[in-house]
Amino acid sequence: MWVYEKKLQYPVRVSQCNPRLAKFLIEQYGGADGELAAALRYLNQRYTIPDKVIGLLTDIGTEEFAHLEMIATMVYKLTKDATPEQLKEAGLGAHYADHDKALFYHNAAGVPFTATYIQAKGDPIADLYEDIAAEEKARATYQWLIDMSDDPFLNESLAFLREREVVHSQRFREAVEILKEAREQKRFF
Amino acid sequence: MTREALPEEFYQLMEDLQAVDFVLIELNLYLDTHPEDLEALKQFNTFAQQSQALRRTFEERFGPLLGGGKSFSTFPWAWKEPPWPWQI
Repeated sequence: MWVYEKKLQYPVRVSQCNPRLAKFLIEQYGGADGELAAALRYLNQRYTIPDKVIGLLTDIGTEEFAHLEMIATMVYKLTKDATPEQLKEAGLGAHYADHDKALFYHNAAGVPFTATYIQAKGDPIADLYEDIAAEEKARATYQWLIDMSDDPFLNESLAFLREREVVHSQRFREAVEILKEAREQKRFF
Repeated sequence: MTREALPEEFYQLMEDLQAVDFVLIELNLYLDTHPEDLEALKQFNTFAQQSQALRRTFEERFGPLLGGGKSFSTFPWAWKEPPWPWQI
């Protein structure tokens, strides 16, 4: 089971209302390489992965939900004071027509989230390489978002998330080595 | 929606806890792939203790942080009260 903690993993502050930035950030909420996809990918793969790496997938998958909450907080804070007119100008008119200011799991272009964003091959090496790629794609996305953002407070939180992708990628690479090593040992006995 | 401003102490204690808990998450993931690193394990246990102490201090002042009975409640039932993380 999971336990909810009433705190963010890292503080989220924004300088001002900025719905245009929120429109881009939603990529990491409901996009292909976003935090929802990451959490669901790892927590789904863990059931059939070798015991040696179940803990890692569980812990990283859980952390991704904390990141999802940070992204949601950013979007909420950037849009909560916006008028319908401002949302329209920011390219969020179509979103407002369907959702008001509610968040929704879609990407920056408004394409709804789909399970086809995540893979589960059952082959542990294939799954872990998929996970490494996912982390690198998420890291790149955070970089593109930082490049487009002029909000120094927001960028601090985005940089934190970008660094977490680097660490996760590193841990997944180690997991691959652990499994390869175990496989080699079996071969000789 | 206007909310009463939170005292400076809230933000300070929250940030202290976030910092310590970050160390724990980082060590946790590291230990998942380096289970026999005794130094890292000692650090993990030291920070786990610090985290518990900080959480207790925060909760005595500002209410429960963990749901489902992992934190004690003051009266009246305090869990459902704001601020929620995105409102801070």
